[in-house]
Amino acid sequence: MTPAGLQLDENGRLRHFLTIEGLSQALLTRILDTAESFVGVGERAVKKVPLLRGKTIVNLFFEASTRTRTTFELAAKRLSADLLTINVGSSATSKGESLLDTLRNLEAMNCDMFVVRHATSGATHFMARHVAPHVSVVNAGDGRHSHPTQAMLDMFTIRRFKGDFPRLRVAIVGDILHSRVARSQIHALTTLGVPEVRVVAPKTLLPAEVEGLGVHVHHDLAAGLRDVDVVIMLRLQHERMQSGLLPSEHEYFHCYGLTRERLRVASPDVIVMHPGPLNRGVEIDSEVADGTQSVILRQVTYGIAVRMAVMSMTLGSHASEGGGA
Amino acid sequence: MRFTVRGGRVIDPGNGVDRVTDLHLADGRVAAIGPAPEGFEADRVLEAAGRVVCPGLVDLRAYLREPGQEHKGTIASESRAAVAGGITTLCCPPDTDPVVDTPAVAELIHQRSAAAGMARVEVLGAMTKRLEGRRLAEMAALGEAGCVGISNAVRPVESTEVMRHAMEYAATFGLTVFLHAEDPWMGRDRHAHEGAVASRLGIAGIPETAETIALSRDLLLVEQTGVLAHFCHLSTARGVALVAEAQARGLPVTADVAAHHLHLTEIDTADFNPNCHLTPPLRAQRDLEGLRRGVADGVVNAIASDHQPHDADAKLNPFSDTEPGASGLETLLPLTLRLVDDGVLDLRTALAALTCHPAGILGIRAGTLMPEAPADICIYDPDVWWTLEAERMVSRGHNSPFLGWELKGRVTHTLCGGRIVFERDDA
Repeated sequence: MTPAGLQLDENGRLRHFLTIEGLSQALLTRILDTAESFVGVGERAVKKVPLLRGKTIVNLFFEASTRTRTTFELAAKRLSADLLTINVGSSATSKGESLLDTLRNLEAMNCDMFVVRHATSGATHFMARHVAPHVSVVNAGDGRHSHPTQAMLDMFTIRRFKGDFPRLRVAIVGDILHSRVARSQIHALTTLGVPEVRVVAPKTLLPAEVEGLGVHVHHDLAAGLRDVDVVIMLRLQHERMQSGLLPSEHEYFHCYGLTRERLRVASPDVIVMHPGPLNRGVEIDSEVADGTQSVILRQVTYGIAVRMAVMSMTLGSHASEGGGA
Repeated sequence: MRFTVRGGRVIDPGNGVDRVTDLHLADGRVAAIGPAPEGFEADRVLEAAGRVVCPGLVDLRAYLREPGQEHKGTIASESRAAVAGGITTLCCPPDTDPVVDTPAVAELIHQRSAAAGMARVEVLGAMTKRLEGRRLAEMAALGEAGCVGISNAVRPVESTEVMRHAMEYAATFGLTVFLHAEDPWMGRDRHAHEGAVASRLGIAGIPETAETIALSRDLLLVEQTGVLAHFCHLSTARGVALVAEAQARGLPVTADVAAHHLHLTEIDTADFNPNCHLTPPLRAQRDLEGLRRGVADGVVNAIASDHQPHDADAKLNPFSDTEPGASGLETLLPLTLRLVDDGVLDLRTALAALTCHPAGILGIRAGTLMPEAPADICIYDPDVWWTLEAERMVSRGHNSPFLGWELKGRVTHTLCGGRIVFERDDA
């Protein structure tokens, strides 16, 4: 079964949330609309709704994360779910416990949802295949494959600031090769009808046959940014220099770093996004990151509402069909 | 025991035989095709009307997992699976644990396979000590211990100089080298073909050039050293073209392809199916077509199972964290016959790629129905359809990418050295 097929139930509702690929525009729009209804919750004095009261959610992080983990935690709490966060790190593997055993043990504690981050592409797909029928899996990032809630919060941010997807030009700049965020963003943008999605990177940071994902490839930053409405900068990991993909951070900033000067070729009301954490002076200049065109902190705020939407829609599909089971 | 196999379609591709007739076996050897020899009286008659009778299949590469990984399979369990698939000779690579870099390990494998009494097991000796790619293994001693060739299995010989000397030394003793063409720097820690599917799935890809660069290096060294060389499991169309060019220049080079590479592509990995995690990886459609053409043209001489049985746990992980390889002994024949149905090969070429050609590459007397040849026989029903089901597989490894496939052509009897080593109950 394809990853896309695995995540929908027989009525086409979300059973797991693993990847954007294969989901319909209608479903993505419904996630955004649902998130819209949750934005107000975080602004109230009592920041809670009782939608997932009595449900148990486990945050299972095999890889370090601060932003994603905490926003998932807040989202779960604001939905009134019981929450457990486990930072598995690499310790479980060194103890010799297999991923499936970890899963089975937690399942035995009668959890309803796993929010999973794992270093291997396809790990959440694997877990979704093997969990008990009443358990949902939400992907919080698997290897280089997919990070669908990040992509949806980015779409939410774009819709809030730019409105209509079919009128936009979007550029994603940086390490596309290693980025699960970029892959999910590309699927989300093309599904929502953005007519021109560009990727801008040196050839060493682009996956093979990337055009097959429906993007235009640019190696020159100025050409890639010309007339775009949205710029998404990606984080550059230090490991890329060690593995011989780039000579230095200095040269990367020289060629691909986003500065106010370089942003001038973009549309005058361009917005600048970044999934975080930032490498100031490597992929983005502080002047831009903190400037008026930056919506980076709004992305974080909206992340909570979007994750509330995904969690409630995913668990909701069981609640309505499973009854008291 | 004397057998008459009566009324089957006897196909001996190496000798140009293809007719409905009888085959007579006596004292573990082929006695005659056609009329029985003077005074021949069969102890048992095997009725083969409607069936194909051909030499027992010769499989150039099958991991039996013994010694070292008996939880995945043993010489006894896997050679039993082999004969259920019509295979009477198989050749195992040297990366056992311990590796086959001393005659003792080769002898152990020969003894265990003789004790199992199923298929014949040939052994490749290590090219370098512990397969580390640094110092030469004692190839002469391994040859004397009965190893049919020399190989570093799927481990790299990074140093071009070590590879050159290994080839020179093997050539000194007339040993064939069996080579796995994969550039170590572009193949290490990577798990799928570098292309559209791996890019989509976010799996680090092995480029086509990982194969063609290693192949080019090794072909030039073959030319320099004059060693007999066989390239294992080609996976790319351009790799086939390089071998074809070398053969055209007169180099003593042969090649095989794994049966699964003739039927599956990168698309089959699109759902992270761990049974499609293979070495070399499943590649693009154009590669599949190039490989098929290579077999049809005779550039790729043999089709192998590349049998790699695994315990269930080895495949119970996310794709890249699983161990590569597929259990292939029981699907080798039907997957090859499928190429005949698909119009890729004629039946004689298909069976040659499973019998006389691999036997020739190994330099052994097998894969033929010549009088006095060992009575290694495969009898199969070419018209029966069956479904590959994990729980009905004979191999201890149920890790086949073809589970659930409808396959045509099924072995009914296998004889090895004139003994019935497999007989299908419901046949």
